[in-house]
Amino acid sequence: MTESDQIHIIAAIVEHKPGVLYRVSNMFRRRGFNIESITVGPTEEDGLARMTLTVKGDEYLVEQVVKQLRKLIDVVKVSRLLSGETVVREMALIKIRTVDAKARTDVVNYVEIFRGRIVDVAHESMTAEITGTPDKIDAFIELMRPFGILEDARTGITALSRGLKSVKVEA
Amino acid sequence: MTKPIARSPSMNAEDMETIRMMGSRALLEALKREGTKVIFGIPGGAIMPVYDALLDFDIRHILARHEQCAGHMADGYARASGSVGVCMATSGPGATNLVTAIATAYMDSSPIVAITGQVTRAMIGKDAFQEADIVGITTPITKYNYQVMAAKDIPRIVKEAFYIASTGRPGPVLIDLPRDVQTEEDEIPFPKSVKVRGYNPSIEPHPLQVKRAVDLLVQAERPMILAGGGVHISGAYEELLALAELLNAPVATTLMGKGCFPENHPLSLGGVGMHGTREANLLILEADVLLAVGTRFSDRTTGRLTEFCPDAKIIHVDIDAAEIRKNAKVDIPIVSDAKKALKSIYGQILQMALKRQPSLWLKRIEELKAQLNEEATSTGASLKPKEIIKTLRRLLPEDAIVTTEVGQNQMWAFLHFQVIKPRTYITSGGLGTMGFGFPAALGAKVAKPEVPVVDIAGDGSFIMTEQDLATSVMEHIPVTVLILNNSVLGMVAQWQRLFYNRRYSNVYLGRIPDFVKLAEAYGAKGERVEALPDLEEAISKAIKSDVTTVIDVPISPEENVFPIVPAGKALKEMLWE
Ligand SMILES: Cc1ncc(C[n+]2csc(CCOP(=O)(O)OP(=O)(O)O)c2C)c(N)n1
Repeated sequence: MTESDQIHIIAAIVEHKPGVLYRVSNMFRRRGFNIESITVGPTEEDGLARMTLTVKGDEYLVEQVVKQLRKLIDVVKVSRLLSGETVVREMALIKIRTVDAKARTDVVNYVEIFRGRIVDVAHESMTAEITGTPDKIDAFIELMRPFGILEDARTGITALSRGLKSVKVEA
Repeated sequence: MTKPIARSPSMNAEDMETIRMMGSRALLEALKREGTKVIFGIPGGAIMPVYDALLDFDIRHILARHEQCAGHMADGYARASGSVGVCMATSGPGATNLVTAIATAYMDSSPIVAITGQVTRAMIGKDAFQEADIVGITTPITKYNYQVMAAKDIPRIVKEAFYIASTGRPGPVLIDLPRDVQTEEDEIPFPKSVKVRGYNPSIEPHPLQVKRAVDLLVQAERPMILAGGGVHISGAYEELLALAELLNAPVATTLMGKGCFPENHPLSLGGVGMHGTREANLLILEADVLLAVGTRFSDRTTGRLTEFCPDAKIIHVDIDAAEIRKNAKVDIPIVSDAKKALKSIYGQILQMALKRQPSLWLKRIEELKAQLNEEATSTGASLKPKEIIKTLRRLLPEDAIVTTEVGQNQMWAFLHFQVIKPRTYITSGGLGTMGFGFPAALGAKVAKPEVPVVDIAGDGSFIMTEQDLATSVMEHIPVTVLILNNSVLGMVAQWQRLFYNRRYSNVYLGRIPDFVKLAEAYGAKGERVEALPDLEEAISKAIKSDVTTVIDVPISPEENVFPIVPAGKALKEMLWE
């Protein structure tokens, strides 16, 4: 892997109000940065949301991304999450074609191995919920391909640093 | 306190006054409390409630003839005075007409607050008559923007807008005001202070970085200072002068920095970059330490970056952390207000009580300046741009303000108009907006009515905003427009001449209109001058006149601006003539 296709994870605490996602994504577009994935959700703290962004690129690029994010008025705090010190998770819903009983048992077995769950069963399909690192989800999807994947939805990465370190905003 | 107010995350509720009133009045009251004395604008449907309320407020409104001009006027006002300029427009086309002016202010970090009317809250998103998503449109060209959804938020938003526009690295802030928010009556709180938690503009220079900078500077044999617009913004003039003299370091400025160091000082090299002076562009290549202050290393300043300052260690002081290492590789970054950083660098060097010998470096600078600045006396039929600009300088008092249009006129002014006092040279550096100079001159004159204001113009640029001659006459804002009339889009013609084998494409303007008649049509004065004594007389009269004067000076269409560093080339590839 070269330095320029390294994946970097950035966590940003932002004001939880309309237009903030637009400001962030607009900045990325305008500066020519590519976002690999972005997830957003409210946080424990009042009026704040947390964004987890992954970008692909070299050190120069991540430094620029972090600085441009910090410059946005609605972005309250930005941290880089270093692999090794970070818990990274993604969730995926995958709808698989299960034409017969054998296919159904096979899928159920695989889902169990991946510590996932079956969340929907129909006559000719099953939907699995898998949580883990993006690699793990990739591997599961690979295994399901021969059955036929009818549809899949992935959340993108969300992440927290291990231990006491945090990106929280001090009150 | 009348009733409890919901605590907004960005507001100190400690002590605030609450008044029952309409949104439109709350806006004007809040502007007044921020010190606004004048608004530049044009009314229209979606902003009518504010214009109606304006009749009852002691705020001067200057009716522009195009919203772009209203925006540039606010910008010129801000740049001349250092305080926030305010402009106002209606929704839709009024708002979109402001866009060029907002982008211009953004690129040059100028503090303006733009207020736009918007369709009613219920109509937003329905493609209503004169609806434009001005918040979406201006997001990448404002420091911040707001759409106000309740009248009670207006004073807080106005206060935040002024705070954000004028602190840190300044910039434009837009407030979009739906029409029914203007007419909404409510108990409206006026906060005394605001706090924006994602925004911290006051940054102290890091002591360790300052120490490292000091070490580099005192050891330098050929130190040089590159001063940008940030020096003007932070008012670091005295600190810059003191440090340059202490270090015996020559000072070159960017286009935006022009005038932050007196250009008649022996250490001044004038401007650097695409149309920098020969001495600045040559000496910067020889420097061993470059202290860059309040500059973003724009491509117009540095030329091809890989060959900019090849031998120098670079210290970069900027208040905007995102500017550090965005363009240039720097050895010592200092994120700080220019004044604070220069002050502490100066203080530390002073304590070391260095004895600086008159160095070889100083001798080299003196000799080069002497050699390069032999006056070339002009011959030929028409007046030479350099002569015209130098004549203007000679006739203007030191505190007179000059604005420029864009193109050759701007670069001749950059090269030949010696600026001595800060904030007296106003130009659209970052966006390069033709048509900026004239309305900016009007704004500057409103801010500084006691000094003469002159727009150094090209014919092509002036045509873009000349309709605001009407504003200057009606509102009694007398300025001088000095047109270097080459009958072409000169800078484009110059590039076609130099880089496109003289294949002239769409640059000929044909000396239309007759600018003397044009001025007269608006009730302004017009003069055409072709000889030096006439020029002197026309300028002397114009700057004392109580009505705007347009001086049309025909020059040859073949004039070039030299030196020039061709786009994408290194400074050392500068063409001398
Ligand atoms: C609004 C705008 N349109 C186009 C340009 C591109 N442009 C740069 S300089 C120039 C010519 C300017 O002509 P004029 O105002 O006559 O000035 P001169 O160069 O002749 O002094 C043009 C068209 C610009 N900078 N701004």
